Amino acid sequence: MKHFWQAFAKNRLAVAGGAVVLVLVLLALLAPVLAPADPHRPDVHNMLGAPSAKHPLGTDQLGRDVLSRMLYGSRVSLAVGFVSVGIAAAIGIVLGAVAGYRGGLVDATIMRLVDLMLVFPRFFLLLAVLAFLRPSIWTIMAVIGLTGWMGVTRLVRGEFLALKEREFVLWSQAVGAAGFRVVWRHILPNAMAPVLVAMTLGVPAAILTESGLSFLGLGVQPPFATWGNILNEGKDAIEIAWWLSFYPGLAILITVLSYNLLGEGIRDALDPRLRQSRRLAASRG
Amino acid sequence: MLWYALRRLVLALPLLVGITFISFAVIHLAPGEPVDVTGGTMNTKSSAQARQLLREMYGLDQPIAVQYWNWLGRIARLDFGRSFAPDGRPVLHKIGERLPVTLMLNIVELLIIVALAIPIGMASATRQYSVFDKVTTVFVFVGFATPDFWLALLLMILFGVELGWLPISGLRSLNWEYMSGWRQHWDFVSHLVLPILVATFGGLAGFSRYMRQSMLEVIRQDYIQSARAKGLSERVVIGKHALRNAMLPLVTILGLSLPGLIGGSVIVESIFAIPGMGQLMVQAVFERDYPVIMGNLVVVAVLTLVANLLADVAYGLVDPRIRLGGRGRR
Repeated sequence: MKHFWQAFAKNRLAVAGGAVVLVLVLLALLAPVLAPADPHRPDVHNMLGAPSAKHPLGTDQLGRDVLSRMLYGSRVSLAVGFVSVGIAAAIGIVLGAVAGYRGGLVDATIMRLVDLMLVFPRFFLLLAVLAFLRPSIWTIMAVIGLTGWMGVTRLVRGEFLALKEREFVLWSQAVGAAGFRVVWRHILPNAMAPVLVAMTLGVPAAILTESGLSFLGLGVQPPFATWGNILNEGKDAIEIAWWLSFYPGLAILITVLSYNLLGEGIRDALDPRLRQSRRLAASRG
Repeated sequence: MLWYALRRLVLALPLLVGITFISFAVIHLAPGEPVDVTGGTMNTKSSAQARQLLREMYGLDQPIAVQYWNWLGRIARLDFGRSFAPDGRPVLHKIGERLPVTLMLNIVELLIIVALAIPIGMASATRQYSVFDKVTTVFVFVGFATPDFWLALLLMILFGVELGWLPISGLRSLNWEYMSGWRQHWDFVSHLVLPILVATFGGLAGFSRYMRQSMLEVIRQDYIQSARAKGLSERVVIGKHALRNAMLPLVTILGLSLPGLIGGSVIVESIFAIPGMGQLMVQAVFERDYPVIMGNLVVVAVLTLVANLLADVAYGLVDPRIRLGGRGRR
């Protein structure tokens, strides 16, 4: 753990990414305190107003304050990002653990299912599923999670395949520990590091997907503000109100960039250990 | 080689069946009967009509196995039913019109990405930590994080609205029919510039990163040392010995990233009003045009499967270890 922190602290970009992520989480939590105006209150005297002292990022078609809408929108983005990654990771860990530990026909079946899910272009699958469901923040979280577990499954399976041959696992099996106990107490904790990296990198991917869906008008529905649907409204006014399109997109860019830097930083800091465990696994044939 | 290709083909068949399974499952995803959901968004008259159509089309009163079997039989004959849209045209015709547009866009994007990513990746790997390498690394991170729809809007504001250099919607100008031959070509190309620029941006970032990584691994190998040791010029060592080996993993990654690329056409086509599969899909979802949605989903997945198969075969072609080693390895 100490080595990890030392390696991580040396990576200035990763530390900066982590700091921005922290700030973004705080901004989302404190949105009601920080927002200069009510994000839902229209103002007919100030529609499509340019950025000013009163409205730092301008106003939209209904005269609502863009900064306030973006602050509230960040809550949606974060919630969707965390929850959907949580769903994906839960499915991926269970399926990957079962596949890697049991092997054989179970493994083959699960891995074919992974291949199958990967054949569907994600956006087409998401849209097809959403067409049958009522769009809400919960369905969005669920469908993004349910279509995003394949990477984690492969990752966990690989770790399990390598770990289940290691001495400490063989030993616990030899002294008669039940299968579930072996998996839960001995293998899973050792397989979690790469999963955490994958989850950190999964959050920005989910945020991008959600904002893409909301941008198409098929994600979280107005009047709830999300970065994606502010952009969707901004699209119709790009010739007169650039701020409606510019700032929400910039917010997405900064968010995704910071999470990616953080995730890659964590991976690089963990890497010496990971590489070592892989080499060990490889040398065991 | 033929054996290898055939084996890949046989392995792909279960996936084909799986595609129909998942697609069929999607119809039954909705709580209760799928027909109930249409009630919320459509007006009562068209909703009642849609219910009737759906019930007829999928035989929703029959046991689920019978439904699936009948549906599969129709899909096998490429019968996706008729669109719920007022024109009521066969889904296959609608998809047939739009498939070439999406295919063309994706192939052009892919060619551009590969043509640019390979030299960029090579240059940053051979000059690791140079200014060029650092600049491309920044580009890679920004490219990964840039939402494509936002980039599209910014480029539309800049080139379409402010500068007025490029058209921002559709594939042809309104007065296209009255243009001379050359002007028509130019008009078409100018409509493609922005969509292709947007679609290649993210992919380019990813691929140059992979290429750099792959190249970095290859140039540390012993055979590169021995190529240098026998006195070959740096150009031959890098351009021939290293490049060939570094490109191998790229073929697989190319295959793996195809679904993402095709999926990306949803957003690009919607923004730039390009009449392709992606735009059709979005329209169909808004109109709850279920036959078009299902047809689209099946066709796109099969397309990805075929593309993956081609990538596999290409991998076998360029790397003899794969097609000859086959069973023995791993």
